[in-house]
Amino acid sequence: MARIDLVDLAHSYGGNDAPAESFALKPVTMTWRQGGAYALLGPSGCGKTTLLNLISGIVTPSRGKILFDGADITPLSTQKRNIAQVFQFPVIYDTMTVGQNLAFPLQNRGVPKSEVEKRVRQIADLLDLTFYLDRKATRLTADAKQKISLGRGLVRSDVAAVLFDEPLTVIDPELKWQLRSKLKALHRELDLTMIYVTHDQTEALTFADTVVVMHDGRVVQSGTPAELFDKPAHTFVGYFIGSPGMNIVPAVVSGHEARIDGHVIRLHRSYGVLPAGAKIEIGVRPEFVNIAAPAPGLLSANIERIDDLGRARFARVRIGDVKFAARVPPGFSVSDNTVGLVFDPAHVHVYADSRLVEGVA
Amino acid sequence: MDKTINQKAWFLVLPVFAVVAFSAILPLMTVVNYSMQDTFGNNQFFWNGVGWFKELLDPSTDLGGRFLASLGRNLLFSAIILAIEVPLGIVVALSMPREGWTVAVCLVILALPLLIPWNVVGTIWQIFGRPDIGLLGYTLNSLGIDYNYVSNEFDAWATVIVMDVWHWTSLVALLCYAGLKSIPDAYYQAAQIDGASRWAVFKAIQLPKMNRVLLIAVLLRFMDSFMIYTEPFVVTGGGPGNSTTFVSIELVKIALGQFDLGKAAALSLVYNLIILIVCWVFYTVMTNAGTERPEKKGAA
Repeated sequence: MARIDLVDLAHSYGGNDAPAESFALKPVTMTWRQGGAYALLGPSGCGKTTLLNLISGIVTPSRGKILFDGADITPLSTQKRNIAQVFQFPVIYDTMTVGQNLAFPLQNRGVPKSEVEKRVRQIADLLDLTFYLDRKATRLTADAKQKISLGRGLVRSDVAAVLFDEPLTVIDPELKWQLRSKLKALHRELDLTMIYVTHDQTEALTFADTVVVMHDGRVVQSGTPAELFDKPAHTFVGYFIGSPGMNIVPAVVSGHEARIDGHVIRLHRSYGVLPAGAKIEIGVRPEFVNIAAPAPGLLSANIERIDDLGRARFARVRIGDVKFAARVPPGFSVSDNTVGLVFDPAHVHVYADSRLVEGVA
Repeated sequence: MDKTINQKAWFLVLPVFAVVAFSAILPLMTVVNYSMQDTFGNNQFFWNGVGWFKELLDPSTDLGGRFLASLGRNLLFSAIILAIEVPLGIVVALSMPREGWTVAVCLVILALPLLIPWNVVGTIWQIFGRPDIGLLGYTLNSLGIDYNYVSNEFDAWATVIVMDVWHWTSLVALLCYAGLKSIPDAYYQAAQIDGASRWAVFKAIQLPKMNRVLLIAVLLRFMDSFMIYTEPFVVTGGGPGNSTTFVSIELVKIALGQFDLGKAAALSLVYNLIILIVCWVFYTVMTNAGTERPEKKGAA
């Protein structure tokens, strides 16, 4: 059980002297609350696995410190940190039974036999593995193997945090849901800090109460799923989360107005002085732009196609050269190629050099 | 549908039949033919039925005694070199670097003995071990160890075994190294997190992951050592006495030395049969080792 603090933590696989831009993880300072369920979300190569491996101690950071409950554990080896980690592919000790697999971390630490047996039974119960305890672990299915990997972390009573590195990659889709619910249940029951690395937004948003979005070695936003959806702090978050992603359109912004190709869009807040020379864009989620019949005062666009997602229909349109997605209201039938776009001013955000600019109400 | 009948296809298969018949079937049948007969030279043959085979399995006869003794020596030899080469190969593979330029250097050095022709290996060791001019033999004798592989049985065996270990441990090491390289990093990381000691990592991860390649290594080394001829023949010529006369050496002596074609043919057939049986056993074990399928999830 621990709060984890990262202080100016950074890592480069090319050594400390590598140019700052080449760092796999750019300096980050943040706190992981004890008992929190976190998801580290980002595309491949964004540094999320590096961050995870830094916390577990598999990789030693080039710079910065990691604190568990305020104590600096940066120089400690993986064995000495009270961390459990579940990897992308199930790691199973082939020659052992399920029970022996679960007992392995305890035996290595010299825990008395009776205690080992008790813990193994408890954890097997928790993970529904009791039935398999005496079977060879290699013969089980991938999801059972992942549960064993997880179990090997959980048997240790001193475990501070459980780290997951895309643990559902090799699991069949119908079992993914089950296993994810199991993880959530375990989280509630055991009050452990859990950090879950994934590139799948559905997985991240359903598992975590705090989602940390990473992009190009940086943590670009950390917040609840709702925050990430309603108010992306970075255009990358807007684009990466949501399906389809947020529309990002270059615009000229002054006061309560944004102009796209000379057309005025009302904004909910006022934007006074924007950074000079910055690239100014507005971002709005497709959910907050409706298609309407062309009318004076509406930004007009050309429809390219309509995607029917079942729960909603989205139109893929073009404003000049810019691609754009917008919601097709129920009952609206598209008759003409040219349509108007109705924006919801409260959900139009302004970005300067990809970062959110807070307006004044 | 009617089966297409195309007699011309036979002409396409015919060359293969001819080659196989000429290179394998005819010689083999000649051997079978010889094994049933006795010859007194001058190309005169006399029918002997299964006489030679009976003699082969009866240690009280000359043929049987020589065959069974050389077979025993051969099995002992294979057992000893396996017992040395397999653990040694594993140790070498484990101590090799996993990455960097040193990997290439190690691989080349390990591959060198494997590239040397058998009779050259024999000659190298034959000279190396000589007490008068060989570096090894001379050094040992100067140290006060009475070493002479020509007159002392133990020394002859030691030389032949050390030679085989020098020649072939590389093969085991390279196979094991390939097996080790195929273990994903996650296993080592998980073991680290599980607090496993170096020995526990070896027992729980490395050894089980190597067991397929080890089986191949054991099979190859067993077959090779069971058929060994050139190296001991060059070094000791099967001596002193018959102490390093292995089955193949005995076979050549009977066939080409004494020109007892009948006895030699019978012996080579039995020899061949043993090799086939051992191959089959290994093959069965190996193909079954990899067929453990995940069980269907039962009702928990």
